[in-house]
Amino acid sequence: MQSSSGNRYALGDKVQIVDLMKAGHVRTPAYVRGKYGTIDHDCGNFENPEERAYGRVGRPPIPLYRVRIMQKHIWEDYEGPEGDSLVLEIYDHWLRPA
Amino acid sequence: MTHTDDDHGHTHDHATPHPTREDDDLEMTPAEAKFLALKEMLIEIGMVTPAEIMQRLEYNSRGTPHYGAKMIVKSWLDPEFKKLALNDGRAAAQALGIEITDAELMVIENTPQTHNLVVCTLCSCYPRWLLGEPPAWYVSKAYRSRAVKEPRQVLKEFGLSFPEEIEVRVHDSNADLRYIVMPMRPEGTEGMSEEELVALIPRDALVGAALPGQPSGTVTL
Repeated sequence: MQSSSGNRYALGDKVQIVDLMKAGHVRTPAYVRGKYGTIDHDCGNFENPEERAYGRVGRPPIPLYRVRIMQKHIWEDYEGPEGDSLVLEIYDHWLRPA
Repeated sequence: MTHTDDDHGHTHDHATPHPTREDDDLEMTPAEAKFLALKEMLIEIGMVTPAEIMQRLEYNSRGTPHYGAKMIVKSWLDPEFKKLALNDGRAAAQALGIEITDAELMVIENTPQTHNLVVCTLCSCYPRWLLGEPPAWYVSKAYRSRAVKEPRQVLKEFGLSFPEEIEVRVHDSNADLRYIVMPMRPEGTEGMSEEELVALIPRDALVGAALPGQPSGTVTL
């Protein structure tokens, strides 16, 4: 299902954050790589910071989503209730449908 | 006595003639020394001017938690404005006459079911144009690493406890958006003026580390 912005994920879609093993100025923290979550918000398109950090253009802008992941899924030893969650921003190419 | 360069025991042939931190008596860390050296080199090769650096510093300190508090109170008092703030934070700030920059602003609303906490694990992203420079604890490695992993423990250290039925939701400000938390309006504040309400909102409430009407806890992260 496509979102209203034409981007490939819509609110509530299940996704997995992939580990691209990409070095450098990446914006996907290690603690969420490989984890499953749901699309919480379509932030629109942004110039790719992985390119901009090195003086390259970073265009065309790429979709950015806010992905919600349950804390118990991120941390096995999470000390808190099942309902606690974390939301963070992930660029399209770090996501795959789940 | 005439004050000459010789009094310092060094010559003044650098782009920045005086020590940057002359009234800072703490030992300079290697990272700070590197930063200062890099800054001087960039100035020397003409990539950036001292005036541009100063301009940026002044720009960063133009924001103030007071602006954030005003946005929140306006949202408490005006449902239409609240809708705007939640849909388009920048537009809401602009409507209050606050000068905005390119950075997006997402306003995250606390509800009876959810308490929100903001952190930037990768660096120290913070809506500076709105709130000014972040608190020291916000940029500390301890906060940045612990807030995502044990948020309830961290909140407890700020003096906040939430029952298990309330979801604690952490927002990692890791990419292009910036965040402020919209706390719930405290009970018993119905008759208060806008100014009185603004005064209720501590700076730390704007990232979810405090609540309106309660002074921030003493933090030892």
